[in-house]
Amino acid sequence: MIIYFMCFILFLVGLYGMVTRRNLIKIVISFTIMEFSIFLFFALIGYIDQGYAPILSQNVPEQATFVDPLPQAMVLTAIVIGLATSAMLLAIAIRLYKKYGTFNIRKINNLRG
Amino acid sequence: METLLTIILGFMIIGAIYALHAKDLLSAVIAQGIVGYGLVICFLHLSAPDLAIVQIVVETITLIIMVAVVLDSSREEIKSPPSWRSTINVVVGLVFIGFMLYFFDMATASLEPFGEHTLRMSQTYTQQGAAQTGAANLVTGVLWDFRAYDTLGEATILFTAALGVLTVLRMKGKK
Amino acid sequence: MKGLTPIVKKIAQLMCGMIFIYGIYIVVHGHLTPGGAFAGGIILAGAFILLILAFGSEVIKLRKEESGSSVSESLSLLVTLILASTGLLIGSKVFFKNFLPPGQIGQLVSAGAIPLYNILIGIEVAAAIITIFLALIIFKEEEEQR
Repeated sequence: MIIYFMCFILFLVGLYGMVTRRNLIKIVISFTIMEFSIFLFFALIGYIDQGYAPILSQNVPEQATFVDPLPQAMVLTAIVIGLATSAMLLAIAIRLYKKYGTFNIRKINNLRG
Repeated sequence: METLLTIILGFMIIGAIYALHAKDLLSAVIAQGIVGYGLVICFLHLSAPDLAIVQIVVETITLIIMVAVVLDSSREEIKSPPSWRSTINVVVGLVFIGFMLYFFDMATASLEPFGEHTLRMSQTYTQQGAAQTGAANLVTGVLWDFRAYDTLGEATILFTAALGVLTVLRMKGKK
Repeated sequence: MKGLTPIVKKIAQLMCGMIFIYGIYIVVHGHLTPGGAFAGGIILAGAFILLILAFGSEVIKLRKEESGSSVSESLSLLVTLILASTGLLIGSKVFFKNFLPPGQIGQLVSAGAIPLYNILIGIEVAAAIITIFLALIIFKEEEEQR
């Protein structure tokens, strides 16, 4: 049970960073940390003790228990989407930097225009 | 197994906290790499080799893009004098985090303990999935046969994100 | 963008082909071994990114590559949709119907249409990541010229 809590604490660290930091790059970093914790949570839920990886081969016995493949399939696509969305966030950040000359969101909010 | 994973997760949390508090943006990006590569080790121990392969490559490319962006702009973390507003932000954030931990405690009561997952939806996937789809890798079978709609949606999101990056970077802004 | 030193260029030349072949292997064997379209696509994109970073290029050439990659991205997604709706036309009335015979488990040519989907989405993922990377580099170059 403690491991679910650790995973959620990782999520909360990301949330804390997203709320309190002012630097756009730091906000992107906390976004990726939240994503990672969610991926880990999915993989943790699907795990079964002594379970084989869900791939059939000669080395796997006939009546083996497999780890749940459904959360793995969900997370597999979500990781790639995470790369694309964080690249998009970075593109917006660099665009704002070139326009205003700072990563500080509070200053950007005050400048207007 | 659980203690090993807990130790790795502890390191990941320390790396995450350092990434949020580093003075230099470049070291913050590198510390984010600790979290990503720690995740790879966790996936390997949770017997998910597909996820480990994807995550190790994705993390490397994310680091390349982030380092390129940081080197292209400023490396300095914003220095701000302590004000009442930032203090209120921190206090509100901590209170909110306390509430969320409490509710998570209530929510985990309905989860099974770690390692004793019962297959409800994917019972058929593991038992007859290989015979029905013909794929030896069950994850690929779920991805492209049982759950193909989801995968198509995710591929569309990837396409849209690439379009979004092109749109954001091509706009001619007011100078 | 300027390239790096000759040592880096030589190593990149030697490594790039191997990385590319490994990516193709991961995509094609996606239904047998760990990996698949998403992992292999990103490895393919990584080979291209290595070449661009090591050798450098001019903005005009990068523009041409970017248009090519975005066209191949759109085309592969379109072909995936056509392949998925083939099941509707054949008469099974199911979208994403695996209409080819499943074959014997463990063979390279098996699992019906899954390897085709793997190859198409592999191309799409690789092209999307390359497009994002090239867009960022072209933006940087144009800002420096201004």
